[in-house]
Amino acid sequence: MNEPAIADKFAAFEELIPPLTDLNAPYREALSRGELILQRCKSCSSYQYPFESFCYECGSTELEHKISLGQGSIYSFVKVHQPYHSAFKPFIPYTVATIQLDEGPRLLCAMLELTTEVEIGDRVTPRIERITASESMLTYELEGS
Amino acid sequence: MKSLKQKYCIVGVGNTAYGKNPGISQIAHNVLAIRAALEDAGLSAQDLDGVLTKAPTSTFPMLWGPKIAEALRIQPKVTATLDQAGASNIGLIQYAISAIEMGQAEVIAISYGDNPRTGTRASYARPRGDDALAGLFGAPSSYAMVAKRHMHEYGTTNEQLANVAIAHRTHANMNPNAQFQELFTVDDYMSSRWVAEPFRLLDCCPVSDGGAAYIITTEEKAKELRALPVYIEGIGQAHPSWDFYRRPELATSGAKIAGKMAFESAGLQPTDVDFCEIYDCFTIVPLISLEEYGFVNKGEGGSFYEEQRTHIGGELPCNTSGGLLSETGMPGTQLVVEAVRQLRGEGENRQVKDAEVGLVSQQGGIMTTHATMLLSNQGVHQ
Ligand SMILES: [Zn+2]
Repeated sequence: MNEPAIADKFAAFEELIPPLTDLNAPYREALSRGELILQRCKSCSSYQYPFESFCYECGSTELEHKISLGQGSIYSFVKVHQPYHSAFKPFIPYTVATIQLDEGPRLLCAMLELTTEVEIGDRVTPRIERITASESMLTYELEGS
Repeated sequence: MKSLKQKYCIVGVGNTAYGKNPGISQIAHNVLAIRAALEDAGLSAQDLDGVLTKAPTSTFPMLWGPKIAEALRIQPKVTATLDQAGASNIGLIQYAISAIEMGQAEVIAISYGDNPRTGTRASYARPRGDDALAGLFGAPSSYAMVAKRHMHEYGTTNEQLANVAIAHRTHANMNPNAQFQELFTVDDYMSSRWVAEPFRLLDCCPVSDGGAAYIITTEEKAKELRALPVYIEGIGQAHPSWDFYRRPELATSGAKIAGKMAFESAGLQPTDVDFCEIYDCFTIVPLISLEEYGFVNKGEGGSFYEEQRTHIGGELPCNTSGGLLSETGMPGTQLVVEAVRQLRGEGENRQVKDAEVGLVSQQGGIMTTHATMLLSNQGVHQ
């Protein structure tokens, strides 16, 4: 079996990967397969991320995983110039956006290697990047790019 | 405050030098500030029966109130450390008043001191757990996200943000203890480097060592002391609480509800306020605060600053000692100290003429917490 290729530019991202927990493992396994999953409450039908053992909306502990296309729009964004962490240095200036998912939740997500300026309201779509042998990270790009 | 048995006052204020204080520990910053405030009030450490503190930002020590009490060689009846970030500066006053109302204490010191400039400041830009891979580190990027949304909704411009930084620097220029006193222009601002667009370096408060403190007691006790008592007329708080990017509205803060609560408890209105000391960790915050308090309409904070109506001598002077942006990046304790000095008429060449009512606005996190306080000298200058 061939290992997926890992680009050198992602070499320093490993130390940013949070500890694996029972809660985040399914999300990370899905991402590693190239899929984005969200939690959905079986009681009130709301979607949530990050994962918890209960629903933030109604308190129900009956939650299921749903595959999401991850589509949404930019609610706000910044373009980071300060080298806060070595992992992001090759991408400076890079964009971090608050993504309003069509399913309801908002996410914070990096948008790397953009070739055009983005604006609030722009439609975006996930771009899942392989960063280690077993881990991938969620980034976003403009729809249709 | 209308709901209380008696009136409460701030009777002493003190602070250390601001900027770089090598060799001065966190605890020393607290002790030096409290001792200066006691001296100002004509009291000694033995007169204190309460010590309340806000935890240092750079580290989060346990049992911090008792440690500071020990460093003052006292065993007080009341101690507490509150975890509301910047809003704690007012939350602790509310705690002090509650303790005095309940008969547990009479004279309480409130302090903050930290040395992130010469000590450690790793906590200032730590990755945010599951969000670390999003590339958002440090407070500037998060507040910049708020600013970008405000610009989108209301047309706020970088020139307007520049004018917030310039207004507060103009006041710091008259404050010999300010960390940054040198004046700058909109052009200087525009050529300062980007940190996280839409923020440049001059949109951000500095990292500073320093300590500040104030002493709270009853009106009755205050009248025995040497300084002109400054009355706590009203307090309000409100906490937007959620992680900033998940809040329904991003270009707002807790100021609207906290302000209404403070004005109602004081029986005052925004038109009664002579000056404001507003938490200004980043330029967008005072602009949003003025809007939420109702001093200007929503979206007009930027033009209010651009028209220089917040300068000393203007219609509503703001951050008369330079605020977090220029006096010291300390998280807000200095704003209470400056409001008291203004109301006692000790503002020297930056004194707001005939100041009778001042508003202090505090917040913490990424506009996660909020507290508002109205102070007055009860019209002593009339
Ligand atoms: Zn639910």
